[in-house]
Amino acid sequence: MKVILDSRQIKRILEDLTGRIISGTSPELDIAVVGIRSRGEILAQRLSARLSEKLGKDVPCGTLDITLYRDDLNSPQGNDQPQVRTTEIGFDIDDKVIILVDDVLYTGRSARAAMDALIDLGRPKAIKLAVLVDRVGRELPIQADYAGYKTDVAPGKLVQVNLIESDGKDEVVIE
Amino acid sequence: MLGLHELSAEEITHILDTAKGFEQISTRSVKKAPPLRGKVVVNLFFEDSTRTRNSFALAASRLSADVIEFTEKVSSVSKGETLLDTAKNLEAMGIDIVVIRHSAGGVPRLLSRNINACVVNAGDGFCEHPTQGLLDVYTIRKIKGTLEGLKIAIVGDIAHSRVARSDMWAMSKLGAEVIFVGPPTLIPGQVDKLPVKVSYCLDEVIEKVDVINMLRIQFERLGGNPFPSVREYSHYFGLTVERMKKAKPDILVMHPGPINRGLEMESEVADGSNSVILEQVKNGLAVRMAVLFLVNQAAAQGE
Repeated sequence: MKVILDSRQIKRILEDLTGRIISGTSPELDIAVVGIRSRGEILAQRLSARLSEKLGKDVPCGTLDITLYRDDLNSPQGNDQPQVRTTEIGFDIDDKVIILVDDVLYTGRSARAAMDALIDLGRPKAIKLAVLVDRVGRELPIQADYAGYKTDVAPGKLVQVNLIESDGKDEVVIE
Repeated sequence: MLGLHELSAEEITHILDTAKGFEQISTRSVKKAPPLRGKVVVNLFFEDSTRTRNSFALAASRLSADVIEFTEKVSSVSKGETLLDTAKNLEAMGIDIVVIRHSAGGVPRLLSRNINACVVNAGDGFCEHPTQGLLDVYTIRKIKGTLEGLKIAIVGDIAHSRVARSDMWAMSKLGAEVIFVGPPTLIPGQVDKLPVKVSYCLDEVIEKVDVINMLRIQFERLGGNPFPSVREYSHYFGLTVERMKKAKPDILVMHPGPINRGLEMESEVADGSNSVILEQVKNGLAVRMAVLFLVNQAAAQGE
């Protein structure tokens, strides 16, 4: 197991992402943050808090469960049965710029599923993808608008993002 | 999904937790999600049904599956075609899930041994009605938080009720105390072997219970005269406004439907503030989506 990002670096990346989201979005547009379960959700909460502070207005945050939109339900890739959880988005997504947040962007399939799920809930003005780690290995033509840390890791390995709220500490490791 | 008797408390809880994730699909504007896209679900119904049948059809459509409706009355069963032939012929056309309701207990199991498609029991004879049991406990859990320690009365024709049996399994496994209430003629003979208490007097039980589930007097199944008259049955076992005065103020009043208004319960009770009957129907949709999803998942993993 190798640590590639420690908690200080993660904090800096999130600050950086916050700044780039603000400068990349016209001030008259409404922003909302939606995290993809389950670690994307935690990152989304942190981002929306920082964005709200810096913009001086409330940037709402929601959680998206993409289990029903996965493309591997009928051809499972492993032995785990995905658990269907709830999607909790307590605001209207129409006409807002939605910052979709996930921990790792790798094949792009989760992001594709998230976009399909979001479109079934309304019509955002724009969807932008923000990720902590951008890993080489896309299987779909999908890119992050705001990527924190870029890395190229051998296919058999796992890039694991651990966060205080779910795993006790902030760090990104390769296993 | 053949019955709740063979499921563990963890498995039942998993189904309920999964159902929670499906509730939203029915309330948002786009009432569809893709997990069963391209799959075919057959509603193989050999008995009449309003709720169960339409609930399964809607649940399947919401998951993007295609639905075939089979009704015995207008099928070739009238020409003598057997159940297994019917099922195998449909299977030859390419189907994935069969939802079956039949008047003979054990038919779903028989079917599951003879076809490759998944089988979901929508009610077999007096045996089980698992999705009704699941939606009943889901409704209770949603409002009360948990079934642990709750006292639940199931009132009526217990002997002929598959709903009572499925409810009993689900509720007792999740920690509730179940009490069967009815005239001795409608309580099954070997009830002492089941995880329930029995009472022949509704008035004694009504003040103690947190949930009361009224069963329909199924005139089509009774055969013989289990009670002297419908009026006498209502007098002793009907849920009247008077009886409700003795009940806990937050008691949940349930009924699987369809209601014989005035018989099992007075209209004022059925439409009253303690009644969660329509909630049950609403939750039935989420529960059936969860069951179809999980059954499909299990089949995909098994391949």
